[in-house]
Amino acid sequence: MNNVIVYCEITEEGHVAEVSQELLSKGRKLASDLGIKLEAIAIGNKLDNIEKDILPYGADVIHIADDKRLFPYTTLPHAAILLKLFEEIKPEIALFGATSIGRDLAPRVASAMRCGLTADCTSLEIGDHTEAKTNTTYKNLLYQIRPAFGGNIIATIINPDTRPQMATVREGVMKKEFWPAVAKPEVNKLDVAKYVNDEQFVVRIIERHIESQKINIKNAQVIVAGGYGVGSKENFDLLFDLADVLGAQVGASRAAVDAGYVEHERQIGQTGVTVRPKLYIACGISGAVQHRAGMDQASMIISVNTDPNAPINQIADYTILGQVHEVVPRMIKYYRQNSK
Amino acid sequence: MILANSFSIFIYIRSVGGSGTAGGGNDLFLYLCALNTVPEKNKLINCMPFRIIVLAKQVPDTRNVGKDAMKADGTVNRAALPAIFNPEDLHALELALRIKDQINDAEIVVVSMGPGRAAEIIREAMYRGADRGVLVTDRKFAGSDTLATSYALSLAVKKLAPFNVLIAGRQAIDGDTAQVGPQTAEKLHIPQITYAEELVDVNSKQITIKRRLERGIEVVRSPLPVAITVHSSAPVCRPRNAILVMKFKHARTTTELQEETKDYTELRLYRPYLNIEEWSVEDIQAETEKLGLSGSPTKVKKIENVVLQRKESKAFTADDKDIDLLMQELMASHVIG
Repeated sequence: MNNVIVYCEITEEGHVAEVSQELLSKGRKLASDLGIKLEAIAIGNKLDNIEKDILPYGADVIHIADDKRLFPYTTLPHAAILLKLFEEIKPEIALFGATSIGRDLAPRVASAMRCGLTADCTSLEIGDHTEAKTNTTYKNLLYQIRPAFGGNIIATIINPDTRPQMATVREGVMKKEFWPAVAKPEVNKLDVAKYVNDEQFVVRIIERHIESQKINIKNAQVIVAGGYGVGSKENFDLLFDLADVLGAQVGASRAAVDAGYVEHERQIGQTGVTVRPKLYIACGISGAVQHRAGMDQASMIISVNTDPNAPINQIADYTILGQVHEVVPRMIKYYRQNSK
Repeated sequence: MILANSFSIFIYIRSVGGSGTAGGGNDLFLYLCALNTVPEKNKLINCMPFRIIVLAKQVPDTRNVGKDAMKADGTVNRAALPAIFNPEDLHALELALRIKDQINDAEIVVVSMGPGRAAEIIREAMYRGADRGVLVTDRKFAGSDTLATSYALSLAVKKLAPFNVLIAGRQAIDGDTAQVGPQTAEKLHIPQITYAEELVDVNSKQITIKRRLERGIEVVRSPLPVAITVHSSAPVCRPRNAILVMKFKHARTTTELQEETKDYTELRLYRPYLNIEEWSVEDIQAETEKLGLSGSPTKVKKIENVVLQRKESKAFTADDKDIDLLMQELMASHVIG
């Protein structure tokens, strides 16, 4: 009762998604801070060995809803299962990946339970709160921290009165960490018929084409990233050239993706991927807080920008004041001439 | 060419009308009607009145934010910012227009919740093809989070019932939460299709939509009514139509009318579509404690302006020598290579 629960997304291959494992790791820490248990819920089809994907992250209790109609994901059945389960176990905190599934499901559940939900958190902490008006103190609330309002501010959101305290988090924001195995984890197989009814299957999937991930910038050691300041799709090709010679991946800011320079899979930041490379070369990226939220843990940052006051320069280890289309070809040239 | 085209429409009507007698009088009548409306390609005849509700939000243009953008209580000071039509809501409007293109007698109602000036985006929607608009506006809505907002919107939508499709942009650029669409759907107890990219098919009973997911697409079919949220990868909204701009340029809310110098009373009598309805908390019969700050389970504990800790950084120019020096340093320390 009153534990932390993580909704575990199931991938095409039948495994728990990375983002869910990252949330299990975060949930484990929150649960330990609060002295409560970590629970997980997996909903899908053929989940026989799914515990193996969850136990290494320290879950105490695993709920499994296994039925052939529960994969691929559709909103209403998954929401119905969560609602009934939450009613039974009354979680303190519920975490979801900020994916097309989590962002579809969590608001539906939050609305039905009339409880608070914060999207795309970049940090989750435990803390107290005193309501100034009533002088009431709330102990051990979940601080849901996220950039807001176009990234111009960082907001700390709390839900003093409603439970569970719900939040979604993007893939890569939390770190996946193993946890010593729990002595006696409890596996609770749900009797699906008691949780869903036929009416919840009214939306039918009639076609699906899901590709395995083609572009994987999350684990790249070196990233060459471009922003709106790159100026054109043609100039972006220069970044691909540099990435090629360095064995790097190409990333982008939201502005560059919105401008159509590169595909969305390369977007880095609060609404894209979070990366932690050894080297991050930011080309023509001003560095709004949403972008920095996705890359500020890079070990080394180089900024190429025409504006010496660009915010990104303040977190950069090296700044180059200049045009991308002049600087990048020179970098390529030097590297080609001097690498073995 | 013309003949062949008309003929295909003739067949189409017969099958919809369900008459089995070839060349019956009724069919002939429909055939003649069809000839008069040939440019309206593929429209279904005999469809029940079909109502599409579009939820649209006027948002502060977060790309141009000044210092006074936030109030002391942590809520947004909208008055201090330029206001625009939320980008994904324009994609939502386009989806509504595409549905209307396929369904005879379809009507698009734009609903916006916000301050008086949000009437601007309702007019903008009318210039692009919406038939009428409702502005849900009341001081008591101020400070609402997504849950309180979806409660108010669901009541406004209920007041417009029956409806067939409810459409909104996936998310608004001032919050990026993507929560109001699914939460409104839940409050209305209707299914939802999020991340919509393309209309595949629609008729009076069901709709088929292509969704854009992280690594692919999914085509789903839902009975009506349904709520749909539209992704930015969906087709962009068609531009203003000059005839519609002329038709709706005098569309006003009651509050706006009071500020007009000219008297358009007579004009409005004959053209009721020029009245943008204004609904208050009482009009939608909302419980006040479920609105605004008191109806919002999420509270803003703290707002921090983003202040950057300046790192010690080495500055280089775009000079060839400088870049070579930097590259040399990176390679020597094995950061690259």
